[in-house]
Amino acid sequence: MWALKLKGVPFEYIEEDLFTNKSELLLKSNPVYKKIPVLIHNGKPISESTVILEYIEETWPENPLLPVDPHERAIARFWIKFMEDKIPIMFAFFLSNPGEKQDKAKKDCLEVLRTIEEHGLKEDKKFFGGTNIGLTDLVFGLLAYQWELMEEIVGVKLMEVHSFPRLHTWAENFKSVSVIKENLPDRDRLFARLKGRKEVLVGSSKSH
Amino acid sequence: MADEVVLLSFWLSPFGMRIKIALAEKGINYDYKEENLQDKSPLLLKMNPVHKKVPVLIHNGKPICESLIIVQYIDEVWKETCPLLPSDPYHRAEAKFWADFIDKKIFDSGRKTCMSKGEETEAAKKELIESLKVLEGELGEKPYFGGEKFGFVDLCLIPFYTWFYSYETFGSFSMEVECPKLIGWAERCLEKESVSNSLADQQKVYQFFGQMRKMYGIE
Repeated sequence: MWALKLKGVPFEYIEEDLFTNKSELLLKSNPVYKKIPVLIHNGKPISESTVILEYIEETWPENPLLPVDPHERAIARFWIKFMEDKIPIMFAFFLSNPGEKQDKAKKDCLEVLRTIEEHGLKEDKKFFGGTNIGLTDLVFGLLAYQWELMEEIVGVKLMEVHSFPRLHTWAENFKSVSVIKENLPDRDRLFARLKGRKEVLVGSSKSH
Repeated sequence: MADEVVLLSFWLSPFGMRIKIALAEKGINYDYKEENLQDKSPLLLKMNPVHKKVPVLIHNGKPICESLIIVQYIDEVWKETCPLLPSDPYHRAEAKFWADFIDKKIFDSGRKTCMSKGEETEAAKKELIESLKVLEGELGEKPYFGGEKFGFVDLCLIPFYTWFYSYETFGSFSMEVECPKLIGWAERCLEKESVSNSLADQQKVYQFFGQMRKMYGIE
């Protein structure tokens, strides 16, 4: 959604009910995985978020979100894939309750954050790609705003500012981009929604 | 300035074979360095510090990692010769979707089929055959996934042909029976020199898995 807004592309958003009743449109548009997100452009469906992002980039080349240089593009794609692959780890932490599984989830998550901090972000660059926001930043967007709330719900803080100064600086840069800022959901409502989602998926924490 | 191209890979890796095919299609000269995955070279660790995996392409000293990303890079840098991806954004998206499907669905279930026994093999084999049939459906009556010409998806899938014999033997099934169209497609791809020169030998792959199974006590 951010990608479309950054490019100034008007679109219609359809909320899917994933748990009880996937719409016929979804099942028809993504018969292989039956998952969201799906972009439908002039009646033609595109699935898998990375594929969708690249399609958006190629179809609406104004306000480019990928670097021009092929090597820089390869690096951008590398980090997009990295985050896509690690999202289950981040969610495993979010859905964890105190115990052995949570300890492992914490360790795995910290490793992910550490890798991003050390290898993904550069001192002199405002965003992953450089001076302007790009596709890679959008894929890491979870860490800029939602993540803090998810940590609060778990009751464990991982992304401390003194351990991850580059990530924190990046998060501030990300949130100050006007399209992002204008579309950030209300903090309390998002917190309630996330908490609710965790409760539906795993039941509330048994401690405190 | 002459281009310096180095490929770090392991002979068995279907992901590495993709790169060999892509480089051959484009007629690019390169240095190949075989990695011992039990004892990774300092070069590999330096060029891919995040994952420490093969394949890695090093172009004029700069590393590119992740096979699909490498193939796209090769296609973008050497764009005049033999394009691997379609030019239309929608068809490109379709090609990338199927390449991603292959990565998600074929490699792991295939590897598990070869490196397990009993119930675990049955479960892995079921997933593998199901996924191969989905791909067969996508191929349809076309000569290649790319249509009339060998393309990105064909390049991504054909290296797994070298593992077919291993899948069949350890999984106790016949590819000819389950996915006859894919066999036909594979034979068509093998007629291309860029493909046949880049693929490992099926028997060697089978022997390797045999050794690994003994080593891990899976018999």
